[in-house]
Amino acid sequence: MSPVVLNTIEVILNGLMTGVMYSLVALGFVLIFKASGIFNYAQGVLALFAALTLVGFQTGQVPFAHVINATFGTDYHHWGEGMNTVLAILLTMAVMVLLAWLVERLVLRHLVNQEPIILFMATIGLAFFLEGLGDLMWGANIKVLDVGLPSGGSFWWEDVTRTWAAEGTEYWGMYIDVLDVWAAGIAVVLVVVLTLFSQYTETGRALRAVADDHQAALTVGISLRTIWVVVWSIAGFVALVAGIMWGAKSGVQFSLSLIALKALPVLILGGFTSIPGAIVGGLIIGVGEKLFEFAIGPMIGGATENWFAYVLALFFLMFRPQGLFGERIIERV
Amino acid sequence: MNLKTLTTATVAASMALGAGIASADLTFPSLSYRTGPYAPNGIPFADGYADYFTLINERDGGIGGEMINLVECETGYNTEKGVECYESTKGQGSLVYQPLSTGITYQLIPKATADGIPVHSMGYGRTSAANGKVFSNIFNYPGNYWDAASIIVKHILDQEGGDLSGKSLALVYHNSAYGKEPIRTLEELAKKHGYSLTLLAVDHPGQEQKSQWLQIRRERPDYVMMWGWGVMNQVAIQEAVNIRYPMDHFIGVWWSASENDVIPAGEGANGYKAINFHGVGDGFPIYDDIRKYVVDAGKAAGDGSNLGTVLYNRGMYAAMLAVEAARTAQEIHGVSAINPAQMRDGMEALKIDQARMAELGLPDFGPDINVTCANHGGPGEGAIQQWDAASQSWSLITDFVGSDREVIDPLIAEDSAAFAAENNITPRDC
Amino acid sequence: MFYREAGDFKTSYVDDQQTFPIRFDRWGVRVLLLVAFLVVPFLINDYWEKSILIPFLVWSLAALGLNILTGYCGLVSLGTGGFMAVGAYASYKIMTAFPEVNIFFVILLSGGVTALVGILFGLPSLRIKGFYLAVATLAAQFFLIWLFNKAPWFYNYSASGQITVPERSVFGIVVTGPEAASWATYLFCLVFVVLFAFVARNLTRGRLGRSWMAIRDMDIAAEIIGVPPLQAKLSAFAVSSFYIGLAGALFFSVYLGAIEPTEAFNIDKSFLVLFMIIIGGLGSIFGSFVGAAFMVLLPVLFKNIMVGGFGWPTDMVQHFIFVLVGGLIMFFLIVEPHGLAQLWRVTKEKLRLWPFPH
Repeated sequence: MSPVVLNTIEVILNGLMTGVMYSLVALGFVLIFKASGIFNYAQGVLALFAALTLVGFQTGQVPFAHVINATFGTDYHHWGEGMNTVLAILLTMAVMVLLAWLVERLVLRHLVNQEPIILFMATIGLAFFLEGLGDLMWGANIKVLDVGLPSGGSFWWEDVTRTWAAEGTEYWGMYIDVLDVWAAGIAVVLVVVLTLFSQYTETGRALRAVADDHQAALTVGISLRTIWVVVWSIAGFVALVAGIMWGAKSGVQFSLSLIALKALPVLILGGFTSIPGAIVGGLIIGVGEKLFEFAIGPMIGGATENWFAYVLALFFLMFRPQGLFGERIIERV
Repeated sequence: MNLKTLTTATVAASMALGAGIASADLTFPSLSYRTGPYAPNGIPFADGYADYFTLINERDGGIGGEMINLVECETGYNTEKGVECYESTKGQGSLVYQPLSTGITYQLIPKATADGIPVHSMGYGRTSAANGKVFSNIFNYPGNYWDAASIIVKHILDQEGGDLSGKSLALVYHNSAYGKEPIRTLEELAKKHGYSLTLLAVDHPGQEQKSQWLQIRRERPDYVMMWGWGVMNQVAIQEAVNIRYPMDHFIGVWWSASENDVIPAGEGANGYKAINFHGVGDGFPIYDDIRKYVVDAGKAAGDGSNLGTVLYNRGMYAAMLAVEAARTAQEIHGVSAINPAQMRDGMEALKIDQARMAELGLPDFGPDINVTCANHGGPGEGAIQQWDAASQSWSLITDFVGSDREVIDPLIAEDSAAFAAENNITPRDC
Repeated sequence: MFYREAGDFKTSYVDDQQTFPIRFDRWGVRVLLLVAFLVVPFLINDYWEKSILIPFLVWSLAALGLNILTGYCGLVSLGTGGFMAVGAYASYKIMTAFPEVNIFFVILLSGGVTALVGILFGLPSLRIKGFYLAVATLAAQFFLIWLFNKAPWFYNYSASGQITVPERSVFGIVVTGPEAASWATYLFCLVFVVLFAFVARNLTRGRLGRSWMAIRDMDIAAEIIGVPPLQAKLSAFAVSSFYIGLAGALFFSVYLGAIEPTEAFNIDKSFLVLFMIIIGGLGSIFGSFVGAAFMVLLPVLFKNIMVGGFGWPTDMVQHFIFVLVGGLIMFFLIVEPHGLAQLWRVTKEKLRLWPFPH
């Protein structure tokens, strides 16, 4: 094969991997939207908050150290050597469940039956709140997140693909990041587990019932409130996974909350209500923006990925206004 | 309406309060950003800036007998908040502004000039402000982005034995006014030295740079330069490590040169280079004083953990330059309680040589500085620093060297002339 | 008792149709305008101008614009930042290409240019609805900013890529650039805001506004009763973008004076304006102002209290502000989901009866 073909394959492959990373973020949005019709603006901040909490537990930081020290003139920073990663993840999950419960208890409960845009605004308030709280608790400096996942280009894949090049051409083999492969694997596991959970467990079925029809679910005795806590907890868990994956690349810092922006075109393309949609949408966006940047980008000055993702989503929407996998919009007067 | 009245009343009240505190002291505002996406970079700088002033107050009793009043204002790297900070502090007799963001600096260039307050955009902001004839109140010593680009190319020349013809360089840059700064200079230098230049833009915030680094991996440029900021730095270095780009051929500007940028990439970042315009590490005598008078006395701005980091040093250096300029101003005008206009004169007559630096406890910390009426850009010197991942420390691997004046000077003259024409400024005679 | 309609008799249709039919409202607005035009200019200083009043006025105008689109016509837009950038760059290009044109008309023309761009990006709204429409406007947001950053023509090939406003004056009084007096820039913005707030108020009470509201409430039903969706939606986009363009032009030329597109008009600005109208009240002119005050002035107020008053560390204050603003948003939504404007309406109802409970 000629290097151009190989390079294109490489770009597509990496686009797929990036797409999976986008899907990880988009999944959290879909879960909450499906179950409660809320477009959760706070999902990105949730990922940041989860990652901050995880690092805090791992390294043994004292929460609110800055506030305590400023108020009482003390000098606390750490309470020990930190803890094992698995334990830290479990504890973080516990915090996310607690957060989900508090959100339901203090906010959502009072906003039942409001219009979607009002609920959307409430999650914006939540985003502001968590942004401030996360920084107050753990500090605004950059933190290294290491959960033991490997990263870096794969040598094996490079060696395999090098032999594909035509004789006499200079080719170094294809690049693929091991961390991305892990992320893809984790995403697959996540989707399978979520599907199994919603198909075969009682809570899962209740969840689907609520997603289908709130009122009908209520009439057969499903507690909306419990379901919401469960859904927000799961979304918190997905946020934690996304936070770990993205945080491993850049360190845990405020910018982590901005990954939500990368999930928006994915969501819109895949449809707000479909888990496979989030995955397929992510893959299409990932491949599309990478290919465009590879082929057209250099001619028009590069850095096209941000807007191209939206233009791509827009293009698909012109044909399917409800997103690729969204439920058909039936309009009646 | 109620809200408005309430705002009115409280703001008025708090402004009255604020005005009460600042009386005869020398006021230095610190427009810091300890929050928001760039906070990891803003915190050490703000700490260094504050700690040096505290040291001068505690150890020397202020500058020439006048205590320093440091007014910190949080900008979050946001231009509108920066404007709010400027307006709220300028009434207190603020002597010099260190805006710490490209956007805020561009805001303040016309405003501060009209208000007669000097601005020190140290190694950032508008490069052509180095031309003191046009920019009477703006200073950007000791170096600017075009110097940085030229010095990096010089370093590459040294590495390649003085010949770059046929070599390829790539620039990975933050897709903003800041990131685009070095392009002109690098293009001019490409004509002179005969290298080819690839430009790779990364959009804010820069968490996804796979396309750019795949391109670098395909094209294998001999050197990669980076004008990055915030999360873009960490991701770029991580991606460079991932594609196994030789790190000693990867050179960042001084805002891509902190510990924060390399530590997340771990061992792989070993050998990464960056340009800097001041010394690194805490092996300077002044740190004994800072520990003694500031940190141990519980007066440090931060928790004391970032002493000696690159950005802490930079903040401290900025404060040192401000204090020295204030001292110069006091000598020129013979008064201890100087005003912003006198501070400006002091900055314009600022001279710091190695002997003075040693006196201050900062031997060989930076190049000699000699600001004049025509040259607000200082020496335009920089040194290359390299990261050692094992000891988690930077070290300078070259001396402070100057930039290619014959390329830079015409560019500065051209850009400042354009600014002067656009704003009806008649250049001063110097 | 304080706020009542009783005794306020209308004897002609003109009376009945006036902008503020209730006497108390009429007087309230008159007093407010008198204070704004005749008292404030004498008291204003640089801090009040640049940190409080001008941002408030400019953001109110932007919020008004978005409220026309989202609040009255029901089309969600996240392209406000991009459209503001269009206004800003249009004003810069007109100012530098035709220096003799009065700044007042420059701002209006910039609004016009933005309206055209708005119509272009509004076209997909005919097919895409709800949150999905946000994507079309987000495409506008990211594409426009990218364009202004990439194409040197927009910033007149300057080396820095920033645009700086040249000095312009109205009736010999400087209103842009660093030499402009506080009262002059304030009055300049105030004239635009007051003028176009009245225009908006009357537009929304007229045929056009009613057709927007019909589309918002149910577009198919509106179409059946004879409201042309194409016209209504595109006119909403045009008018809304015109307002946002004005706000962008003022934001650049009067408020900041120097702009870098990637920072000044990024996606945060689009969200900010959307927050303003939701918290202020969708479909309410008054709500646009309250929302702008809430999102712009509240943080400044908190900052001044906590840093200036209590002397707390600045970073901690900033984090507290996030927590407080976030908490307040949720609190107000729980108390009154339809925004602060609705809260004001309820208060008026109460005032009408006060002090008698029935």
